[in-house]
Amino acid sequence: MERRAIFPNKKLPYLLVAPQMAITLVFFFWPAGQAVRQSLYQEDPFGLSVTFAGLANFHRIFADPNYLYSLQVTFIFAIGVTVMTMIPALLLAALIDRVVKGKLVYQTLLIWPYALAPAVAGILWLFMFNPGMGTLAMLIRSTGYNWDPSLNGTQAMLLVMVSAAWKQVSYNFLFFLAGMQAIPKSFIEAAAIDGAGPMRRFWTIIMPLISPTTFFLLVVNMVYAFFDTFGLIHAVTAGGPGKDTETLVLKVYNDGYVNLNMGGSSAQSVVLMVIVISLTIFQFKYVERRVHYS
Amino acid sequence: MAQVELRNVRKTYPGSAAEVIKGVDVSVGDGEFLVLLGPSGCGKSTLLRMVAGLESISSGDAVIDGKTVNQLEPKDRNIAMVFQNYALYPHMSVFDNMAYGLKVAGLPKAEIAQRVGEAAEMLELTPYLERKPRALSGGQRQRVAMGRAIVRKPAAFLFDEPLSNLDAKLRTSMRMQIKQLQRRLGVTSLYVTHDQVEAMTLADRIMILNQGVVEQIGTPMEVYSQPASLFVAAFIGAPGMNFMDGTVSGGGHAVTLKTGEVLSLGSGAVASAQDGREVTLGIRPEHFALTPEGDGAHLTLTADYIEQLGADTLVHGKFGTGMLVVRVAGERSVAEGDKLALTATPEHLHLFDRESGRRIG
Ligand SMILES: Nc1ncnc2c1ncn2[C@@H]1O[C@H](COP(=O)(O)OP(=O)(O)OP(=O)(O)O)[C@@H](O)[C@H]1O
Ligand SMILES: [Mg+2]
Repeated sequence: MERRAIFPNKKLPYLLVAPQMAITLVFFFWPAGQAVRQSLYQEDPFGLSVTFAGLANFHRIFADPNYLYSLQVTFIFAIGVTVMTMIPALLLAALIDRVVKGKLVYQTLLIWPYALAPAVAGILWLFMFNPGMGTLAMLIRSTGYNWDPSLNGTQAMLLVMVSAAWKQVSYNFLFFLAGMQAIPKSFIEAAAIDGAGPMRRFWTIIMPLISPTTFFLLVVNMVYAFFDTFGLIHAVTAGGPGKDTETLVLKVYNDGYVNLNMGGSSAQSVVLMVIVISLTIFQFKYVERRVHYS
Repeated sequence: MAQVELRNVRKTYPGSAAEVIKGVDVSVGDGEFLVLLGPSGCGKSTLLRMVAGLESISSGDAVIDGKTVNQLEPKDRNIAMVFQNYALYPHMSVFDNMAYGLKVAGLPKAEIAQRVGEAAEMLELTPYLERKPRALSGGQRQRVAMGRAIVRKPAAFLFDEPLSNLDAKLRTSMRMQIKQLQRRLGVTSLYVTHDQVEAMTLADRIMILNQGVVEQIGTPMEVYSQPASLFVAAFIGAPGMNFMDGTVSGGGHAVTLKTGEVLSLGSGAVASAQDGREVTLGIRPEHFALTPEGDGAHLTLTADYIEQLGADTLVHGKFGTGMLVVRVAGERSVAEGDKLALTATPEHLHLFDRESGRRIG
């Protein structure tokens, strides 16, 4: 059943959504429109004249090996972050049921990282793993392993992945926990009586029943890795070493604001926009079909 | 098939001071159908779940088939349970729901298919095997839950109010099916309900539970005709038994009611030493007989309110400070305001100690 608020006043509802609409228009639709427009034009190096270029900017970026490399980096990063987020979150959510004392303390502590600003989280990890002074970096180096993410692309990627995932685990944990708590206890009990041990119950009962949550989080994490990690990556590696951690958002920023190639950068943002819009549509289409338990 | 025994079983939930089950002793014979009956919150589910292994046993022993199972996981107790909400796995077809336990046990595919097929046949579920539970009616779901229990051929069935989510008519027919199925399979069964009609019709024996204490264990007829306590007397039978306060008199041969009437106890006489003991006298509505006015010792009741049920008629009326209900044959016409002269045969009088509530004769 859907519940709707009924407003006797015809103007009030519009008045109430107006501020949000204004923000959306000014900060989302307006720049988005600008980006789409700019992606179709080319600016001369001095920014004095603009000429209509059609889809030339798009052709150019897809022919650019740097762009394709960034695309690859982004996918590896997104998949890595999603996996590194969801597996620990799922594990923590599944295990918290077994915690008898101080359940609330654990839950609260697990949620904290989410409250951190991305750049702050990035700095935190940067310090911890800085080869010169990071506590954890020291630890790694003391084993004889040559840890230096500022030189080694794989290590840099690993570092940004872990820090991005770490921040996102809380959010995933909360959703998994809520999903699991919504499963009636009697299903688990019935399975226990049917002879299934905890692992089997987890895979055959709990996992299928929280699959809408899992799917939802999958999309959310992808979107997060694609778009919300700018501040974090920027703080930790700034896309380096070389371009080994330069994801698409970073590249948009570097090309547009650092290298002032507005047309190319705008075309890249449009591609990103298309990706996020498709992910969202995909999400809405499938997550709406919720599982009903009884 | 097996015996299920509880020996001085007690339960206190962690974090709460109150003892919920206060020492239950019962032995359920091989193939016997025992019904746990009691009001809401008396601990029926708790007791059943302790047998299932879903709740720990605070003290005492649960013994299945001669083996103490206190420390065993549910899966190692060889029992099957039917839940009140059926707990069918919503993402699995009817077939998979029934097959789950067998798959977990690692049975070969062919045997699983055969066992599920048989159970489905027995429960008339064959046409629905591919459906998901949400596409079934309440009665069908209930049968799937039964099916899931029987395919595993367990030592005992545990039922926790399996019929309470069905409408009255379906409940009656399912009740019959459960009973027939249990007879046919001969599986020891523990069945929890708060519905006394269900208990009377299904049980080989009924165990009546009151606040974690066993009030009586007996056949349906025993608990009806020889209730061990006021609690049982009031709980069994609808409408409930009438109670009147009185004292033992006539050298243990009679009871003098507060209202002055003297009722003979006939062969149910108690020791003469009991004279003067404060008792509560119980008579079921169906055990009053109407007599012509002025014919020996009797009670007089003025009909206040009449319920005609067809086969019989219930007459409610004030008596002393309380109310009495009398069941008379449906053909007999009674009008409000009528004065009825009633007698009760001595063998149908129940005598309870006023203090303890226990039966004395
Ligand atoms: N997990 C629990 N923790 C603490 N107390 C509990 C728990 N489960 C049940 N109780 C308490 O134990 C008592 C018995 O509960 P139980 O569920 O066994 O009653 P019941 O006879 O099955 O009642 P109903 O007919 O309503 O199902 C109740 O007072 C209840 O509040
Ligand atoms: Mg119960």
